[in-house]
Amino acid sequence: MKALVCVKRVLDYNVTPRVKPDGSGVDLTNVKMSMNPFDEIAVEEAVRLKEKGVVTEIIAVSIGPDKAQETLRTALAMGVDRAILVQTDDTVEPLAVAKIVKGVADAEQPGLLITGKQAIDDDSNQTGQMLAALMNRPQGTFANELTVEGEHVVVKREIDGGLETVKLALPAIITTDLRLNEPRYASLPNIMKAKKKPLEIKTPADFGVDTQPRIKTLKVSEPPTRAAGVKVADVDELVAKLKALGVA
Amino acid sequence: MMKTLIWVEHDNTSVKDATLSVITAAAKLGEVTALVAGSDCAAIAEETAKIAGVSKVLKADDAAYANALAENIAPLIADLMGSYDAFLAPATTTGKNISPRVAALLDVMQISDILSVEGPKTFTRPVYAGNAIATVESTDAKLVITVRGTAFDKAEATGGSASVEDVSGPGDAGLASFVGAEIATLERPELTSAKIIVSGGRALRDAETFESVITPLADKLGAGIGASRAAVDAGYVPNDYQVGQTGKIVAPEVYIAIGISGAIQHLAGMKDSKTIIAINKDEEAPIFQVADIGLVSDLFTAVPELCEKL
Ligand SMILES: Cc1cc2nc3c(=O)[nH]c(=O)nc-3n(C[C@H](O)[C@H](O)[C@H](O)COP(=O)(O)OP(=O)(O)OC[C@H]3O[C@@H](n4cnc5c(N)ncnc54)[C@H](O)[C@@H]3O)c2cc1C
Repeated sequence: MKALVCVKRVLDYNVTPRVKPDGSGVDLTNVKMSMNPFDEIAVEEAVRLKEKGVVTEIIAVSIGPDKAQETLRTALAMGVDRAILVQTDDTVEPLAVAKIVKGVADAEQPGLLITGKQAIDDDSNQTGQMLAALMNRPQGTFANELTVEGEHVVVKREIDGGLETVKLALPAIITTDLRLNEPRYASLPNIMKAKKKPLEIKTPADFGVDTQPRIKTLKVSEPPTRAAGVKVADVDELVAKLKALGVA
Repeated sequence: MMKTLIWVEHDNTSVKDATLSVITAAAKLGEVTALVAGSDCAAIAEETAKIAGVSKVLKADDAAYANALAENIAPLIADLMGSYDAFLAPATTTGKNISPRVAALLDVMQISDILSVEGPKTFTRPVYAGNAIATVESTDAKLVITVRGTAFDKAEATGGSASVEDVSGPGDAGLASFVGAEIATLERPELTSAKIIVSGGRALRDAETFESVITPLADKLGAGIGASRAAVDAGYVPNDYQVGQTGKIVAPEVYIAIGISGAIQHLAGMKDSKTIIAINKDEEAPIFQVADIGLVSDLFTAVPELCEKL
């Protein structure tokens, strides 16, 4: 069974985003970019399934600019077998991403499609669910644990009340939550080897997908800031403050 | 006027609070029809009919809808959407699971996690863990939206008298089945509706220490208990305690962060709280930049002392 994983190049999670003064978006010039952390978890899960012999080949796909090749090389260094960059400099919304990935899946016929549950830039949390809808296949979102059992995958999901388990017919779409696994760091020899692994370049047009955005961003602004607070000297003072708030 | 369809989140016992915020958001767009899907969900439909602002309730009662499996629910909603202009669901794990599937079936780009309604097709929403707020306008023929519960007042649970109409959908898609759930029984307020939240971080060391330090304070204050990702990852508390960008978004009257550094991903989930209190031994901890009241102290002495003096 093949596994297809989706990876996105985003602002590194350690970088504090800065809104551009003209309100057109977040400043991405000269800042560190990395693989979306949830996608690292997706790659790791696929690699572990291959190590267990459940998955035979892993293909990573990224939709984004030329630089997203670096993100795909990281995935290859973690253990992905080959990569596809669907290159575009435009902003591609989750719906169009899902359509492109469906195009890749139609050609590759993977048994498992693994995406991050959300990208930490637009925080949409949509792509996996949309992909599942377009393919008319089941979805195991916010996965905490997954086990392939014959023609099915059993997914433990992180939900608001705790955990839920569902059983999905393969092929299935999985979206990863934080505790599915802890992604590995690529070793130097694997980074070297990754340079020789195949990376194919395509365009959205190859899949007949129109990436024209459906949502117009009118402006991007700073969130309201909180006024600076006070420090109390000791617990007695804190108790007094809590009493003043009416909570004690 | 726009016709909106909203998803009623329930556990077959009661309507979840998040639904009430969705109704407020939907009412800003137009008339509100509420969809109650489930198995033996007549009582929930009756409860929904009483919510102020709901003009009609659609009840889809079918074993296939019992556990809100997106594979079964999304086609039901997509079919119903022939008669509506907008679909709104809460940005809960259930809403986030179902709603994008509906959007894709309708060939619509979803607008996730809205904070405000600025016009019939214009909304604000947080991006980059709430470090930026985008004002966005949909160009799609229909709207599919998830609503951030803390950003909208709750509709009154009583005062309405909507009619209840039965609807049916395609039923079981045969793709997925529900196996089981591990739902913690709540002896304390649910995080997303708690007035006071006491949250613990990595500093709490282990599950026993977390329990022995945080729980007595929460009990004293009648508070809900939250945690940082680090505390959840380390197994001090279950996953549903996580507050943050990728966990729960909360905005209680009082949020007390104990031994939490204040990473942007954590702040994203609690910085709209009315009063933030932080206890941390590092006076440089970023949490103090958002805290209204800060105490620089070792939590292992400060928290027990606080409990005693309350
Ligand atoms: C993709 C992604 C998503 C994430 N989502 C979330 C999320 O939703 N929610 C979330 O919380 N995090 C999230 N994180 C993690 C986040 O980046 C931080 O790592 C995490 O919030 C840190 O948790 P912490 O504050 O408990 O731990 P630390 O950062 O280790 O802070 C511990 C604090 O305790 C203090 N301390 C230690 N000992 C004591 C003592 N005895 N008395 C008093 N104070 C003490 C220290 O001074 C320190 O400030 C996410 C990260 C990523 C990459």
